[in-house]
Parts: sequence; structure tokens; C-alpha cells
Amino acid sequence: MSSETSSSNGALLSVTDLEKHFPIRKGLLVERTVGAVKAVDGVSFDVAEGETLGLVGESGSGKSTTGYCILQLMKQTGGSIQFMGKELTTLGREELRRMRREMQIVFQDPYASLDPRMTVGGIVAEPLEVHGIGTRKSRTETVRRLLDIVGFNPNFTNRYPHEFSGGQRQRIGVARALALNPKLIVCDEPVSALDVSIQAQILNLLKDLQRDFGLTYLFISHDLAVVRTMSDRIAVMNQGKLVEIGTAEQVYHEPKDEYTKALFAAVPVPDPQRQRERKAERARLRQEARSGGNGSI
Amino acid sequence: MALLEVNDLKTHFFTREGVVQAVDGISFSLEKGKTLGIVGESGCGKSVTALSIMGLIPKPPAKIVGGEVLFDGRDLTKLGEREMQTVRGNQVAMIFQDPMTSLNPTLRIGTQITETIRTHTEMSKQDARKRAIELLEEVGIPRSAERLDDYPHRFSGGMRQRVMIAIALSCSPRLLIADEPTTALDVTIQAQILDLLDELRQEHDMAMILITHDMGVVAEVCDDVAIMYAGQIVEQASGFELFEKPEHPYTEALLGALPQLEGDEREIRQSRLTAIPGRPPDLVNPPEACRFAARCPYASYEDSCTEVEPQLREIRAGHWVRTAHPTSERSGEREPVNA
Repeated sequence: MSSETSSSNGALLSVTDLEKHFPIRKGLLVERTVGAVKAVDGVSFDVAEGETLGLVGESGSGKSTTGYCILQLMKQTGGSIQFMGKELTTLGREELRRMRREMQIVFQDPYASLDPRMTVGGIVAEPLEVHGIGTRKSRTETVRRLLDIVGFNPNFTNRYPHEFSGGQRQRIGVARALALNPKLIVCDEPVSALDVSIQAQILNLLKDLQRDFGLTYLFISHDLAVVRTMSDRIAVMNQGKLVEIGTAEQVYHEPKDEYTKALFAAVPVPDPQRQRERKAERARLRQEARSGGNGSI
Repeated sequence: MALLEVNDLKTHFFTREGVVQAVDGISFSLEKGKTLGIVGESGCGKSVTALSIMGLIPKPPAKIVGGEVLFDGRDLTKLGEREMQTVRGNQVAMIFQDPMTSLNPTLRIGTQITETIRTHTEMSKQDARKRAIELLEEVGIPRSAERLDDYPHRFSGGMRQRVMIAIALSCSPRLLIADEPTTALDVTIQAQILDLLDELRQEHDMAMILITHDMGVVAEVCDDVAIMYAGQIVEQASGFELFEKPEHPYTEALLGALPQLEGDEREIRQSRLTAIPGRPPDLVNPPEACRFAARCPYASYEDSCTEVEPQLREIRAGHWVRTAHPTSERSGEREPVNA
């Protein structure tokens, strides 16, 4: 892991007061804005080079929206995003296109995120073509090398995604994200659609790739155990806000925020004895929340 | 006598590609008031098992080709559709994974609950409505009398699952089959639903079969656990026994594949998860050998288990396992599992 710095405070990625509000409109002919859904509401964090920041939260907490805004796949409504020392929110199209070589994404659903009409080779080569890298021949070589790295048989480049299982497809998705040799990869629930044994394969792969290529991950997931194995630091989101951020150790062992506590207590662990204790702890927290006057959980 | 006894149940699907042996000779029994967890990965046959008990498998292509499902001594596989309808709902009820699709979006919640009640009892409309309000209260839906007239889209996922549970409980079944009841829900909601199911089960002295892929959920809820792989039960024991002393290499690998929530920080970050290489066998042509042999880190070519299928055997009292290489009989060093 190198500690090369690029932004003013030394982070590879620096998000400040990020805001994404979706307007709520009413009226048929004359539309007026009557309010806003604050999907992301004043979120700030840094990610250092070579580090994994885990972003956890339940559905609707704004974790994926945050990821999309960082990649500029969605335009934020406020705040700043500094990546490799550049302010992404004000970049022009062409400059943004160049920056995209450095930041890629792996999506949740390997069944929906691969074009069914493209061959595996075509899918992995596409980013290279878009950015005009190499000749056709060298690209074929690169694709084979990438597939080999992610543990996908390179002889299957002419096959189509539907011929492969979920785990294999996610490997194709990872190869595509690696194609441009990016610095940052946003992993948006990369293993949620997979069975546990396959999930383990992909998580191990992502760890290996990080070690070998010094990648930086923003790892978005609802699964706290998965986030824990992957992350150096963890940020917890709830209803568009970042409620807690710290090293994995801090957040898991001494959570400060009430929501974080409730979230951790809710996860069942595969140990009946331990789970009994956790269940009691959960009941206690709920009782506390009730007597404390906020019965949200 | 056990409330439910499944003996050598075989459910096969007759497709153009061949006969898919989705459930291939499984047996278990469940006592009154107890909870059995059936765990396995996608395609292992756990849901087909549930549907077979309920008599809800799609015929054709599916067919129960062997075995029996004894509920209270009566073989459910022999019942006609008419008789089965009196069992379903009344005696055995089921809730499904997706509370978004298992309610009819065009009918009010109240209608859907009273419909079930009135199908199975002689209750008048008013009484059924009263009972529906009670049920919604019981499953923890606030302002239940008003919510009765709402359509499903006005309920959140967790609330919809509560409504499904209310419907399932409406005729006080003695067995509840829950097929991945919390998979579509957030963890905090999952915890609420699991607590609710447990409470209701105790109050009504109901037996429950919980089908899930989540080892944590099983650890929380179940008295007994059956691990399924490729259409068969490969290991079965009490929850405490199974998690403490897993015997089957597959169970071991499944537990090793789980990321840890608790434990030492450095250990967690540096350790690799146990990935299981390969994939489950094709159930059209399952191997005659042990179905896990091809992925098993302990099976080698000299072993009989690569040729003959090992039988389910009782390795300790109440602990059944189908493998030639159970943990407690393995000598020497553990071989590493290659990812």
C-alpha cells in the first residue's frame, strides 16, 4: 500500500457536505416543487489511497446514491467531491471522461449489469475501446490477462454472460472494472446476489486484487459482517446522513451512535449460544430506545 | 408420535432436458412446538421440500415420485386437492420470501385476511372482520382497525410480512412453514420479524419449519437444523450441536465461508474466507458417488465415496451426517481448502 497523496489533506478521495435532494413535484399542468427527498444530506468523508472504506446502511439510507454521486453517474445538488486533487463537481465533460479512467464501479447484480448481447471479451474490452487504449490485438491480449487475473477461464472470451453462473459473471464485472487500471473502485453490494460460498470467492478475489494493485475501495453493503472483513474504516449511513465513521475496530466495538448500536445488535451471528446473548442485548436496546422516547427502531 | 414426519420424500421435475431430481430422498421429523431450520444454497431443494409438504408443487412438471409426508399420521401426498385444501391454512400454513408479491395489490388487506378466515370457518362477515383486527394487533400493526381498509402498497416491506403472518395464523395452524421470511428485509426489520415469529410460535404452541440460506437466522431461531445439498439432507442435528461440532465437510465450509461479525480485528482482516471451489452437481444426472465429492477437500480418488454414495448415519446421538469424511473421524492435519 503506497501513501501517495493527491488532495490537499492527503486523501485520494475527499467528500465534503455532499447533498443529493430529489424534488417532490405536484400538479398536473403547472408543476411545483412541494418538498424534497433528502437521499444524501450533508455527507463528508475521506478515503486514503490503498484503503477500503466500508459504507453500510439499510435500504434507502443513501449509500448507493453517495457512490453514484462520487462517480458522477448522478449529479449532486450540493457539496464537493475531490478526487486525486481535482474537484469533480465542476469538471467539464471531456475532463470528467478522462478522470473516469481512474474510478470504476462493480455493480450488485451480475445478471443485470452485463449486456446479454455482448460476448465476455467484448464486455471487458469495452472500457479500453471507449478510452482508445491499445490496438485491437493488444486489447485482446489485455482482456485475456484481465480474465486470468480474476480467475475466469480466458478461453471463454467468445461466450455470452448467460452461459455463466452468478459468481463467474461477477468475475467478468470485476475484470471490466479493472480494465483501465483505476485507482478507485466503488463496489456497490458486489456480493449480495450470491450464495455464501461464492460470495467468499469474490470477497477473497477483491482482497487479493487490492493487495496486488494497490486499489482503493469504497465498499457499499448492507451486510455488516461482509463490510467488516473488507474494510479498514467504516461509515454508517441512516436516512441520508452519516451517523458514524471510524476505524472498523471503533465502530464495531464501541459504537457511539444509537442507530449503529441497534444495527449491529440486529445481525444474527452463526452461533446459537452467542446469539442468545445478542438477542437479550437487542431487547435491552429496544427497551432503552422506547423509554428514551424515540421508538424508531 | 411426531407432528410431521417426512420419509424418503422424492420430488422430481420432468423437463425436456431430463428428470431433475430436486428433492431426492429426504427424511426428517418435527415435534409439536419445535422449530426446524432447513439451510442450503440456491437450488439445493429446500423450497421444493416446503412446497411438497404443502402440496403446492407445480404439477406438471413436478411430481412426488416417492416417500410420504405424515402429518398427524395422515399421508398428505395421498390426499386429493379438495382434502388438501382443508389441511392447508387450517393445519399447515406457509409464508413466503417476498411480501411484495405474495399479497394481491388490488384487494384491501382486510379483504385478504377475512377471505382466508371465511374459507376455513363458518364465521360471519362481521366476526371475521373482528378477528382480522385482532390478528393485525397480534402481529404488531398499529391502528389495526383503520389499516384493515388500506391496500398493500401503503405498507412497508416489514409491515407486509406482518400481514402475511397474520393471514397464515388466521386459522391457528399447528405447523407454520416460513420460506426465507426475512430475506427481502433490512436487518433491523428482520430482527423484529424473527422475534415476532418466535413469540407467536410459543403462544400458539405451533411447530415451525424455517427455510433459509442464512446461518445466523438459523442459529437464532431453530431447535434443530438440517443442511441440504443437491436435493439431499447431508447433515442434521440440534442447533447447538451442529454449530459447535459440524461434521460434514460442506457444513464446515459453509461456516468457514461466512464473514465474521464478531472477533479479533486483525484476525478478521487478515484471514481468508473458505471458498468452496466448483459448483453443485447437475440434478438431471447426479453422480452416483457422494454428491459433494467433487468439491470436497477430503475426498481423494482411492476413496469409496467417489464411487458409492455414503448413507446418512448417526454419528452421535441425534446427529446425522452423510459423508465418508466426518470431522470427528478425520485423522491428522486438516488439508487446506483451495479457493
